Amino acid sequence: MTGIRDSAWEGDLEQLKGLVSERALTGETMVLNMGPQHPSTHGVLRLILELDGETIVNCTPDVGYLHTGIEKTFESKRYEQAVVLTDRMDYLNPLGNNLAYCLAVEKLTELDVPPRAQYLRVLLAELTRINSHLVWLGTHALDIGAMSVFLYCFREREKVLDIFEMVAGQRMMATYFRPGGLWRDVPEEFEPAVRDFLDYFPAKIDDYEKLLTENPLWRDRTQGIGYLSADDAVRLGCTGPTLRGSGVNWDIRKAIPYSSYDHFEFDVPLGQHGDVYDRYLIRIEEMRQSLRIVRQALDNLPSGPVRSNNRKYVPPPRSEIGHSMEALIHHFKLWTEGFRPPEGEVYVRVESPRGELGCFLASDGSPRPWRVHFRTPSFIHLSALPHMAKGHMIADLVGIVGSIDIVLGDCDR
Amino acid sequence: MGLTSKLGEMGVITVRLEDAVNWARTRAMWPMLFGLACCAIEMMSTQASLYDLSRFGMELMRPSPRQSDLMIVAGRVTRKMAPVLRQLYDQMPEPKWVLSMGDCASCGGVFNNYAVVQGVDEIVPVDVYVAGCPPRPEQLIHGIMMLHERVKQEHISDWA
Ligand code: SF4
Repeated sequence: MTGIRDSAWEGDLEQLKGLVSERALTGETMVLNMGPQHPSTHGVLRLILELDGETIVNCTPDVGYLHTGIEKTFESKRYEQAVVLTDRMDYLNPLGNNLAYCLAVEKLTELDVPPRAQYLRVLLAELTRINSHLVWLGTHALDIGAMSVFLYCFREREKVLDIFEMVAGQRMMATYFRPGGLWRDVPEEFEPAVRDFLDYFPAKIDDYEKLLTENPLWRDRTQGIGYLSADDAVRLGCTGPTLRGSGVNWDIRKAIPYSSYDHFEFDVPLGQHGDVYDRYLIRIEEMRQSLRIVRQALDNLPSGPVRSNNRKYVPPPRSEIGHSMEALIHHFKLWTEGFRPPEGEVYVRVESPRGELGCFLASDGSPRPWRVHFRTPSFIHLSALPHMAKGHMIADLVGIVGSIDIVLGDCDR
Repeated sequence: MGLTSKLGEMGVITVRLEDAVNWARTRAMWPMLFGLACCAIEMMSTQASLYDLSRFGMELMRPSPRQSDLMIVAGRVTRKMAPVLRQLYDQMPEPKWVLSMGDCASCGGVFNNYAVVQGVDEIVPVDVYVAGCPPRPEQLIHGIMMLHERVKQEHISDWA
C-alpha cells in the first residue's frame, strides 16, 4: 500500500510553476485543488485553480484520471471486435461512437450500407443525442441547484434506454452498429415504442423549460457567464453546441452529411451571446430537432436488408450457413481471422452530442488496425475551459464546466 | 402503530445490541457520491426516479468521504486514479464497506491493458462484487441488498 501512497502528488507550489501566476508563488493568491473527487466535475476531472478572493485568476485542467488506454487496446482487437470498445469511450453517446468507428471502417473498405440500416442508424443516433442531452440537463441543473430537473430527466431517459434494450439487449452499451450495417433488424415492437416516445416526450421538454428557461435564479446563474466569442470558439477548436452557442453555424450533419443525414429536414439552433444560458437553450432546442429527425426516419423507413452482403467483410446470415458451403467458409474465415482491409488511412467525423467526433484509422492490411485515434470534443472543449473561466467567481465554475458538457471518458479515453 | 399495539402497555422492546446496531447500519447506509466512468451513469439511474434507492435509506449520496459509509466503486479505476481512490477510502470513517460495481472495477473488464487497475480489490478490500458492463440498476440494488445481509450477520467481536 505504501508504494501507491508515496507516489501521490504532495501539493508543492514549486511544481506548479508555469501553471499559476507569480503572485501565487508569493502567496498573494490562493491555489485551490478541485477534484478529481468532486460532485460537479462530471467524473474525474481535476482543476488547479488560482484564486484572488473568490475570483478565478487561472484555471488549469489536469486530465488523465480516466485514461483507459482504449486507443492502444484497439490495436490488439480485430476490426469487428473493436466496436465494443467504442461504446465505452464517450459513455453518454455509445451509438454515436459506434457510428463514427463503423463509418471509418466502411470508408476504408469501401463497404456499402443498405438504406434501411442508414436510416436506423440516424434514428438511433438521434435518440442517443436526446439521451445524452437529458443526462447533461439533469446534472447541469443539479450542479446549479435545481434538484427536481434531474429526477424528471432520468425518468424520460429510462424510456429511451428501454428502446435501446429492445433493439440491442443492453441498456447503455448497445454495440448495435457493425461495419456494413447493424447487428440485426429491429424487432416488431420497435416502431410503436418509438412512436410512443415521440408523442410523450415533447410535452416533457416544455416542462423542463417551464422549470428553467424563465426562472430568474437560473438566468442569474447562467446569463453572461462563461462568455466565449465566436472567434475564440473557432480558434480554440470548439464544435457542437459550445460553438453554436457563440453563433457559428457549423453542424457536421449539415456541412458534411454522413449516413444519409441529407435526407432529413431539421434546423440547427444558434445562440447569440455565447454564454452558459445560450448553450442551454441550444441543447434544449436540439432535443426537439432530434425528435423531428426521428419522426422523419420512422415515417420513411425503407425496407430491405440491414447488412451489406459483401461477404468479404460481413458474415453471412445464419440461415445461409446451413445450405451453402461458400457461406460456411466466409463465416469461418471472418470469425477466426477477421477481414483484411486495404492499406491506408481514413478520417471520418460525425456530430456527437458534444461536437465533432472524429475517428482516424490507419490500416497496414492486417486484420487489426495499425493505429486508431479519436478526436474527441470533450478534450478540446476542456482546453477552452480556462479561457471561459478566467475572471468569474468560483461558484460559477461548475456552471461553465457543465455548459461545455464534458464526459471524461470521451476526454481521456 | 403495529409496534405500539403489539407492545401494549410495556413501552419497551428488548433486542440484542448487535441486531439493533446492524439494523440501524443497514437502514441508513450513506453511499459516497463517487462516479468514475460509465457505471456511474447507471448508479445515477439507480438513484433517480424509476429505481429510487431511497427505498433503502440510501438517497443521500455524500460527496465527502468523511460523511459516507459505503464506497460504490462505479467504473474503471485507472493507475492515475488508484492513489486517489485509496486516499478517499482511508478518509472514510469506520465502519465502512466497499461495493465494486461493474466488470472494470471487479476485474478490469474489457480493458486488460497498461492503464487500468485489474480489479479495485488490488487497492481496497471489497465486500460485494456486482458483475455487468454496466450492471443494470436492479443488479446494483441486488448487490446492495446482499451487502445489507452481510452487515446484519456482523458480530460485536468484529467491530473494531
Ligand atoms: S464495467 Fe463497463 S460500463 Fe462499467 S466502467 Fe467498465 S466499461 Fe464502463
